[in-house]
Amino acid sequence: MSTATLQHPAPAAADDFDPRAEGQRLIKEWYAQLETANARNAAVANVFVMGNAVEILRAFDFELVFPEINSLQTGVRKASEEYIRLSEDYGMSPDVCSYVKADVGLILKENEHPAGLIPKASLAVASNMCGTFIKWAEIWERWLKTPTFVLDLPGQRAAGWQVRPGDAQHAADARWVEAQFKELIARCERITGRRFDMDKLAEVEARVNKMVDHWNNVMALNRQCPAPFNAMLDGLTFIGIMNVHRGTEEGVEFMRRLEAHLKAKVGRGEGRVAEERFRLLFSGTPCYVSMRRLVELFETWGGVFAYSDYLTFAAGGMDATELRYDTSRPLESLAEVTALAAQRGLSNQFFAHERLAQQIKDYAVDGVVFHGIKSCRFVSSGMADTREFINRRLEVPTLYIESDLIDPRYWSDAQIKNRVDAFFEALHQRGGGAPLARKTVVA
Amino acid sequence: MNAPVPYDHEIELSNVLERCNAAARENAIPSQDELPEGFSGTLGHFPVYFPEEIAHAAGLLPVNILGGGNKLEMKHADARMGSFVCSICRSTTELGLNGTLQGMTGFVTHPICDAAKHLAGIWSRNLPDQLAQILYLPQNVNTPGAARYIAAEYQRLRADLEKKTGRAIDDEALRNSIRSYNVNRRLLRELYRIRRDEPWKVSCTESYLLLRARTRMPCEEHNALLARALDAIRHRSLPAQDKPRVVFVGGFCEQPPLEMLEAIDEACYVVDDDILVGLRWLTDDVPETGDPIWALAESYVERSDASPVQHDARKMKEDYLMDMLKKSKADAAILTAAKFCEPGLDEQLAWSKHLDAENIPYLVLEFEEKMTSFEQMAMQVETFAESLLFALA
Ligand code: SF4
Ligand code: SF4
Repeated sequence: MSTATLQHPAPAAADDFDPRAEGQRLIKEWYAQLETANARNAAVANVFVMGNAVEILRAFDFELVFPEINSLQTGVRKASEEYIRLSEDYGMSPDVCSYVKADVGLILKENEHPAGLIPKASLAVASNMCGTFIKWAEIWERWLKTPTFVLDLPGQRAAGWQVRPGDAQHAADARWVEAQFKELIARCERITGRRFDMDKLAEVEARVNKMVDHWNNVMALNRQCPAPFNAMLDGLTFIGIMNVHRGTEEGVEFMRRLEAHLKAKVGRGEGRVAEERFRLLFSGTPCYVSMRRLVELFETWGGVFAYSDYLTFAAGGMDATELRYDTSRPLESLAEVTALAAQRGLSNQFFAHERLAQQIKDYAVDGVVFHGIKSCRFVSSGMADTREFINRRLEVPTLYIESDLIDPRYWSDAQIKNRVDAFFEALHQRGGGAPLARKTVVA
Repeated sequence: MNAPVPYDHEIELSNVLERCNAAARENAIPSQDELPEGFSGTLGHFPVYFPEEIAHAAGLLPVNILGGGNKLEMKHADARMGSFVCSICRSTTELGLNGTLQGMTGFVTHPICDAAKHLAGIWSRNLPDQLAQILYLPQNVNTPGAARYIAAEYQRLRADLEKKTGRAIDDEALRNSIRSYNVNRRLLRELYRIRRDEPWKVSCTESYLLLRARTRMPCEEHNALLARALDAIRHRSLPAQDKPRVVFVGGFCEQPPLEMLEAIDEACYVVDDDILVGLRWLTDDVPETGDPIWALAESYVERSDASPVQHDARKMKEDYLMDMLKKSKADAAILTAAKFCEPGLDEQLAWSKHLDAENIPYLVLEFEEKMTSFEQMAMQVETFAESLLFALA
């Protein structure tokens, strides 16, 4: 890694790629595809965004339903409250994950989603990365009789946990993950009536490798000043495609064009905000009902989210550079990479200070914004303590705001605006945020 | 010369219970000077299950950290953990930050839920001298290879404890620990048998105090106490009262306050429960020969209880509740959940829907370890018990 500021030549050709529009088109197509899945007798699997064995499911041509994305989409489409209320009327506690509640609302509405009809799944894969995944899958297991496979991924055991590919710990963890993959494959064979095709798995993996390469390059571009995209607005589209189209040709193409588009933007010296004054890191999950508004509150001060740890764990932990599949040994490699990704990208949420310390350096940020939400204990339970660590020990300014992923009842505009304004005033007083003459950042 | 005092089982039992009550109400852990002989330190572990035998064999007194109860003053944790997190996690954090748990050699938590996993991070940031970690007990015990993976995880823990204490844990030491804990398991099974067969002889609160005492004393000492208590309980000649038989579920992690259990005992016979289920997680003896780590790992897969925070395709949660009801010949269930405990709240709803379908009466209660007012709850329980008696008459 060099610390020199990259100077990119302006691109010769006009760039007609609109990531947001293209992302929306792909998501729309995906929902349209789902709508007809049951009628086509396609195998359908419910999966979560973290640690989900999508590569195996794709090798069996499963149509993938991401219940978390369904739930967040109810938020984006301003329909979440209805779904949440339905589930609370049914008896769900107000104190549990609002994604689960929106999904229970969806079941109660017989799978009618604002984006279309969600098909009935013939399999659910739930990892242990977030404990709620398992409780959530148990709802389908009981209620809809969906066969469920819990994929147990050994996570990061302690702070300073160093596992390197091939060492004894990694080998033991990978062996366990591989044993589970073999069982999952046998299940998929029974469900689909098809034999597992190792070559097909290798093909999917090759495409995921390409996507991950582009993804990492895209993330690295935001180390530039000005940052070409906002990690908590544009980034949410990118991560949606990274999940929904993981391992598809469309996914590769999207990521390839995205990288080219953003490179060109960097080459032109164009940032996400007209005048970038503060680079920030967002820690936590988005508030999908009001994300645009939230970002606006920051961008009016010239603050851009250069990175977010959400993009780490919601990408399935695949952003650690050496995590590439060896397609000559597809299954073993899938297990090895999954075991490492679970520790470096997903479960290290529980030791968030380590990752944030690194990201603060990598993205040369002026402050960290923590978004606490009571319904996601996966990100929020250790947040206040992590914040204390970042503030006191790393002496990086932080802001804490609270709302919800998709429950509009928890968004308090005036209160959040006051806090954001006060934060920027404090940043100014610290002497930060001079108009940016290309800061030097790690590239 | 004084005449020998005749053996009085009530006095004997109240002596034991007093000792247990003192241990149960203790948040502090034994200091270096107070450690029982043979132990060089303490290893804290969070619910639900932890293989105490490994710590015991390492010469570390296993201390189950069960939060701070309803007397603890929160001075630090409010600023470090959101108000939406369950009480046991918040008060455990408080005990870590206020120095109460400072002397522990280590603290181990488990992937039972996300709040619990975060405790390892909180510990590593604030008590960096302790061995703080997550023991990754699997959420899939159905795939062949699960026992092998658990054994690897136990070996890792064993090596970490050896490194930390500078003392090797040999197989014989582990087998000795397994033997002591097998005695404990037998005694606890007997205690619960009496609860089912003759519930008038021992209340849920008494049984809870007897069990909880193990969280602050060596297994051998606990065995001796339990043996004395069981003997006294068997000799008790209390008359059976007209109370409905209920099972209590939802106490697998955060602890229901004693006053809550007392209120339930007043009105009902609690003939089975899942309180502190982690301390009696292994439902049968662990093999005392062969590789002890394998014996523990295999027991986790093959001879273990159930809880809302472990997924096992063989143990659907409604099934184990129905099984509890059937085996204990209970008339009804008290379905509780700790406030803000996501897995508990999810389970409570599923249980209630199932019991609705099965036409089995139940009472839903939400509790918090830090609760201090119980009148309303006592009234709810009393009304529930009366309605049961009326229906059963
Ligand atoms: S608790 Fe958080 S990570 Fe888990 S399912 Fe809910 S939103 Fe997702
Ligand atoms: S009480 Fe519930 S939420 Fe709290 S640590 Fe225990 S299982 Fe987790």
